[in-house]
Amino acid sequence: MKFKAIVIGVSSGGITALKTLLPALPATFGIPVIIVQHLAFNSGDYWIEHLNEACEINIKEADEKEKIEKGMVYIAPPNYHLLIETDQTFSLSIDEKVNHARPSIDVLFESAAETFNQHLIGIVLTGLNNDGALGLKKIKEYGGTTIVQDPSTAESDIMPLSAIALSPVDYILPLNKISDLLIQLEHQL
Amino acid sequence: MNKITTIKTEEREIRSLLDALYQNYGYDFRQYSEAHIKRRIRNRMTLSGLESISAVQQKAEQDKTFTSLLLQDLSITVTEMFRDSNFFKALREKVIPILKTYSFIKIWHAGCSTGEEAYSMAILLKEEGLFDRTTIYATDFNQHALDRAKEGFFSNSLIKDYTRNYQSAAGKESFSNYYTADHKMAIMNQALRDKIVWANHNLVTDSVFAEVNLILCRNVLIYFNKELQNKVHRLFFDSLGNGGILCLGAKESLRFCDVSGEYTEFEKKQKIYKKKY
Repeated sequence: MKFKAIVIGVSSGGITALKTLLPALPATFGIPVIIVQHLAFNSGDYWIEHLNEACEINIKEADEKEKIEKGMVYIAPPNYHLLIETDQTFSLSIDEKVNHARPSIDVLFESAAETFNQHLIGIVLTGLNNDGALGLKKIKEYGGTTIVQDPSTAESDIMPLSAIALSPVDYILPLNKISDLLIQLEHQL
Repeated sequence: MNKITTIKTEEREIRSLLDALYQNYGYDFRQYSEAHIKRRIRNRMTLSGLESISAVQQKAEQDKTFTSLLLQDLSITVTEMFRDSNFFKALREKVIPILKTYSFIKIWHAGCSTGEEAYSMAILLKEEGLFDRTTIYATDFNQHALDRAKEGFFSNSLIKDYTRNYQSAAGKESFSNYYTADHKMAIMNQALRDKIVWANHNLVTDSVFAEVNLILCRNVLIYFNKELQNKVHRLFFDSLGNGGILCLGAKESLRFCDVSGEYTEFEKKQKIYKKKY
């Protein structure tokens, strides 16, 4: 299989967007999914449990040094940056906020691009700032495939528009078409 | 592909730079998480207008001021007062009652950086009536961070966040009782500043310096690789008395260390462990 990881960045409107996107993935989905969702620092992890119940695929908060496995969706813990090491494990950091955010989408995307190169899919969804735009550009530069939520269908269009403005993206699609595409790409060689 | 070759070269250059920093200055970042180190070195590279990691190394060899900046970049961790208020609440409600049974208490804050959490601890002890019978050792290997910690200044713009954290951590007074502020800066009260013993100690290369009742080391170990984490956990184990308390960061655990069986999970969710008798 061509793709070894999918990274998703999402901000305001994100929980609703993920509730549309993730339940469409089957339990056997062969590409690990790694998500940065901007949330208030004290949001707790109830929403992850809730999302996990609504999905076939397993969803959990990413742990430091954890090995990235298929059949899993990993969420960056609140108030930590999530990075990917070259041995395909996670690192966490409490370094300064990037784009006013911790976790920052750019931080995840940049380290993922360097680890997975052309075997990576990067996705930017709804959000009110420009985090993720630089990271998505980097994914493209490293030969990865990029997808942005169609801004006209996003709850907040600023983040998708910023990503599209910064570099050419491969697909601009509404949420339900993104999950269809991911299922197609899963088996691409 | 071009980009991918660049990355391989860069990784080699980073290893060479870290070797040089260790050989020439004794600071050992070779067992730190790579993705994190790479990010910090690249930030310095961009800030200083340098083109490559090897240019960073060259400059570090010629320019002492630059090396000092680079070492700061690699070693400072960002912290705040009462970070994770639920943790401090658990400390107050569950751990303080144990400490109250001791006639004299020693606390080690390992990797204290600029001191915000050590001050939070001092405030907590004051409110719980343990201030006078406690010694707090706050250590870091970054002398610049320690000097700042000792001065006890923080920016006025942080007061709002810190007050909110303090209140959610079940603070008993008004947070403003603990500092004096002008239009720009705030400074911690003299009594709090004098309470803490600030000392230079390197978790990577130094050893046990006292037997303590409680160790606080939060969000430091996440920057280390598994081998180094294991080594530091051994140091903590050897420094704690029986029944001693170990406090880690929200996303840290004893998962990768040989001594994990020697502790009980005292407050699982808040990552507070108790050394077995």
